Amino acid sequence: MTSRSALLVLADGRFPAGGHAHSGGAEAAVRAGRVKDAAGLESFCRGRLHTTGLTSAALAAAAAYGLDPAALDAAADARTPSPALRAVARRLGRQLMRAARATWPSARLDALAAMYPRGAHQPVVLGTTALAAGLDAEDAAYCVAYETVGGPATAVVRLLGLDPYQATAVLARLVPEMDQVAERAAAAARQGIDALPAASAPLLDLTAEQHAAWPVRLFAS
Amino acid sequence: MHLDHGHTSHGAISADARRPDGTRRALRIGLGGPVGSGKTATVAALCRVLRDTLSLAVVTNDIYTREDAEFLLRNAVLPPERIQAVETGACPHTAIRDDISANLEAVEDLEDTVGPLDLILVESGGDNLTATFSKGLVDAQIFVIDVAGGDDIPRKGGPGVTTADLLVINKTDLAPHVGSDLARMARDAGEQRGELPVAFTSLRAEDGIAPVADWVRAQLGAWTA
Repeated sequence: MTSRSALLVLADGRFPAGGHAHSGGAEAAVRAGRVKDAAGLESFCRGRLHTTGLTSAALAAAAAYGLDPAALDAAADARTPSPALRAVARRLGRQLMRAARATWPSARLDALAAMYPRGAHQPVVLGTTALAAGLDAEDAAYCVAYETVGGPATAVVRLLGLDPYQATAVLARLVPEMDQVAERAAAAARQGIDALPAASAPLLDLTAEQHAAWPVRLFAS
Repeated sequence: MHLDHGHTSHGAISADARRPDGTRRALRIGLGGPVGSGKTATVAALCRVLRDTLSLAVVTNDIYTREDAEFLLRNAVLPPERIQAVETGACPHTAIRDDISANLEAVEDLEDTVGPLDLILVESGGDNLTATFSKGLVDAQIFVIDVAGGDDIPRKGGPGVTTADLLVINKTDLAPHVGSDLARMARDAGEQRGELPVAFTSLRAEDGIAPVADWVRAQLGAWTA
């Protein structure tokens, strides 16, 4: 069993890795009227969790298994059709790398940073960070599953003035599904890189491209 | 401060005074303060008086637009490649204090692309009286308030007014029109700040930025000494 406390440090929304400036597509969904309340937030988060959440969690788990990070980064590129989201994933990967190297110094993180000075895909960095923190592939997958829904929930509290208790209750209702997604992701990663899922959410890809072109927005993505 | 350079070979992690190649990085000065107090105008004025003698760049932290960066571009205070905008996710103080990663990236990118630089000004998005910069991001900070925001702000204190390395009280030309008592503001600021300096400015006056520019030059002198 790995250290639960290390997992809490890494999964904490206060971990300074740049996520606070991103809504995970929630800002575009709010503007389009698809998320207006807690129920809308729940649907949005559920969709994101089972699509990009699963894919990202498996990439992170595979990195925490110690699979080749360059191959995983290419796999992440192949699974991210939106150029805007590829740029976001690398920017967040670079920001996470900074926090990770200061928090859990490791040769493996240094090597990944040297290979991708402009940032590797965030899930690949997260899996490598988990390894540096003494965590395992499942922990990495749980971390991604949680941040997949935690980020949009916080953003929607800011965007709609949604009752924060309701937003947190949404997260609590998604707990069983987060567990399933994390377990599925870790199981897939155990099968090797060719077995990694490629679930995607085309609407998130499309709205991410539109959002990136807005002149006025609260979140970077 | 991270004095152990064992893990810094590919990009400085935080506040190291040296860049990965061993050269001294630029001095970073943060400018914070309430909305409308004149932060962007102060940055623009500083750029105009310092750009001929120093290699400069600016990072802006707009709350929800790129207006501050665009203001600086429109006024052509610096070439566009020397101005970078950071997006802050509706929380400007988070980006300058609690999670400084995007800002550190911006300052490092500026040093990589247009460096070597002497000075980088990091402008916060307009926030409240509690917004201060992390020491992991800037070496010194300026807090900008103005006389029209109420002459009781220095008395109210707060981390910005009390602890900033320089407090700028801007728009002194408006004092008679808004009934602000500059002597009272100076007295209250002195009580809150002890020995820390206060500059009164009117950027509409000829060379109104001079007291701030002098302070910045003194900081640079200490940094490169």
